[in-house]
Amino acid sequence: MKNHLNGLSNPKKYHEPISINNQNIDILRSMLGLMILIRKTEQKIAMSRKNELIGGPVHLSAGQEAVAVGISQNLRNTDSVFGTHRSHAHLLALNPDYYKLFAEVLGKETGFSKGMGGSMHLYDQPSGFYGSVPIVAGTVALAVGAAMALKMQNTDGIGVSYLGDGATEEGVVHESFNLAKIQKAPVLFVIENNLFASHMHISLRQPSDMISRFAIANDIPYKLEDGNDVVSVAKASKELIDDIRAGKGPGFIELVTYRWYGHVDWRDDVDVGVDRSLDDIDNWRARDPILRLSKSMIKAKMWSIEQENDLNNMLDKGIQTAWEKAMNDPYPSSDATLKYVYS
Amino acid sequence: MQKYNYGTAILAAFEYLLENYPEVFVIGQGLWSPWYVGNSMTDLDKKFGIERVIDTPVSEAACTGAAVGASLVGMKPIVVHPRMDFTLYAMDAIVNQAAKWSHMLGGQSHPGVTIRSIINRGGEQGAQHSQALHAWFSHVPGLRVVMPSTVADARDLLIASVLCKDPVMYIDDRWLYEQEDELPPVMELDLTTQKPVVSLIGSDVTIIASGHSSLLAREAAEQLGDEKISVEVVDVRVLNPFHTKEIIESVKKTRNLLVVDSGWISGGFSAEIIAKVVENLPVDCLKNSPARIALPDAPAPTSRVLEKAYYTSTNDVVKAVKKILNN
Repeated sequence: MKNHLNGLSNPKKYHEPISINNQNIDILRSMLGLMILIRKTEQKIAMSRKNELIGGPVHLSAGQEAVAVGISQNLRNTDSVFGTHRSHAHLLALNPDYYKLFAEVLGKETGFSKGMGGSMHLYDQPSGFYGSVPIVAGTVALAVGAAMALKMQNTDGIGVSYLGDGATEEGVVHESFNLAKIQKAPVLFVIENNLFASHMHISLRQPSDMISRFAIANDIPYKLEDGNDVVSVAKASKELIDDIRAGKGPGFIELVTYRWYGHVDWRDDVDVGVDRSLDDIDNWRARDPILRLSKSMIKAKMWSIEQENDLNNMLDKGIQTAWEKAMNDPYPSSDATLKYVYS
Repeated sequence: MQKYNYGTAILAAFEYLLENYPEVFVIGQGLWSPWYVGNSMTDLDKKFGIERVIDTPVSEAACTGAAVGASLVGMKPIVVHPRMDFTLYAMDAIVNQAAKWSHMLGGQSHPGVTIRSIINRGGEQGAQHSQALHAWFSHVPGLRVVMPSTVADARDLLIASVLCKDPVMYIDDRWLYEQEDELPPVMELDLTTQKPVVSLIGSDVTIIASGHSSLLAREAAEQLGDEKISVEVVDVRVLNPFHTKEIIESVKKTRNLLVVDSGWISGGFSAEIIAKVVENLPVDCLKNSPARIALPDAPAPTSRVLEKAYYTSTNDVVKAVKKILNN
């Protein structure tokens, strides 16, 4: 495999605090808080899955929080966002209601999808989150079509398609890139390149580790960024999104990142991945998007250890309360299975 | 009343929808030169603009998925697959996505997309230009499956499909395009209340069919009428969700049942019809074993001699009725 990502795919690099020059302190605090909220929510879900309180599979994105949080800085609730099997963060970055996510993964009718979806089928249209599904690449064309519709309706809304590096091995993704370009669809493709598709490292699946080559092939403007640097993600995606909203057609952003857990559920040990060593995981943990931002902010005196401790305590309490509430919520009524088949 | 054939009735439905519903658009291959959909889409692009009548790259999967996505943000898209065989590239968008979103998202999301897939067979086109796969789609909860057999249904069920909030497979058959009828102005129908219709009343035997097979059944009934055999024909019209009350009542009356279907015989819709009837009738109701005519379990051959034998003719239906009654 050709290594075109260079340092970005090297787990020993990019450990240093990120650059926050000229950044607004309120936005930085908000992004940091949101990333911590997502991390803690997923840790709670991981433990609850391990303890068999959650019955179905959960695909966790701990380590990748900067992607969803950075992108969502530039989104509005009039946009149409489509997710994947691994979409807790995509949704929480638009609506940080962890109580509704807990209820959903527990199959309770108070959840985001009324307890009919679980972790892998999430919906929150009021925040712009139109749906996530576990068929790899299943929503990419849908996001293009939603974008085409938003354009036909003369809005400045955009479609957003989150997909992973593995999804780019599905044919429909290439059809979708081509269709989006030829239709000038206002859609942003967000490629979370975490180097793994389930257990398979990208070197075993593709001749190059750089997914942006498909943007070049389809003449779509693209950016390739450190996906664990929330400021870079927000900045680069803003430039693309501004152009998309201005009617210049689709955009494409590749964000190199890494998930700390295995493909599914709470385990992070090597048996969940070919070419995935504990050393690598430790190094990737040092490229933590939360730690790198927090350190920068503390150094710039925009943030303190005490503030972070307070935030952690507050979130821990809130999460525990929400979890207990969700545990006590009702399951869907027995007629739900047939009730929702048709409108 | 205005005179239509099956093809121009479909065209009239497109025109009605595009004129009256700004959220309707059409997407598919060949729409700017629609000769391979007969006379059913002529000049729509010129009349309503290429922004609303979208000709596409050769990408069934993405275009169908895009239509599903557009439906989620309030549009009423119609995808056109000029040959049903090519719809197979779009099965994820139809079966995994459109059919499931309402259910798995708790009834909050409604992919109101219509997928028009045309059965286009005969003429030595062979195995990949011929398939009638309505049974597959009828197997999937969440999809509505429509097979119009009359000129009126060709127009009115297309309009009803597009106005329905659920995903609909609208399956028409090129062998029906020459049918003619006079139709009143459009009256919008609610697809969810459309049921099988008794298209010919009779007393000796019930033939149940859909799409082009219903035409064969009506033609056979006419011939058999000359021989004093009274045939009742029930046209299914909507295969999924499958309403069976009208069918069961007809068979209760005639106590003889023949099913004609344009798909393959094994695992097909003909089996579903017979099962639904038999399980809802008293054991001694039928005077004779139920029978069915469907395609042999083989892909469509190309050679004209083999092709002629492969497809069902009116005469095959006539013979099958006589066989039932002579048992």
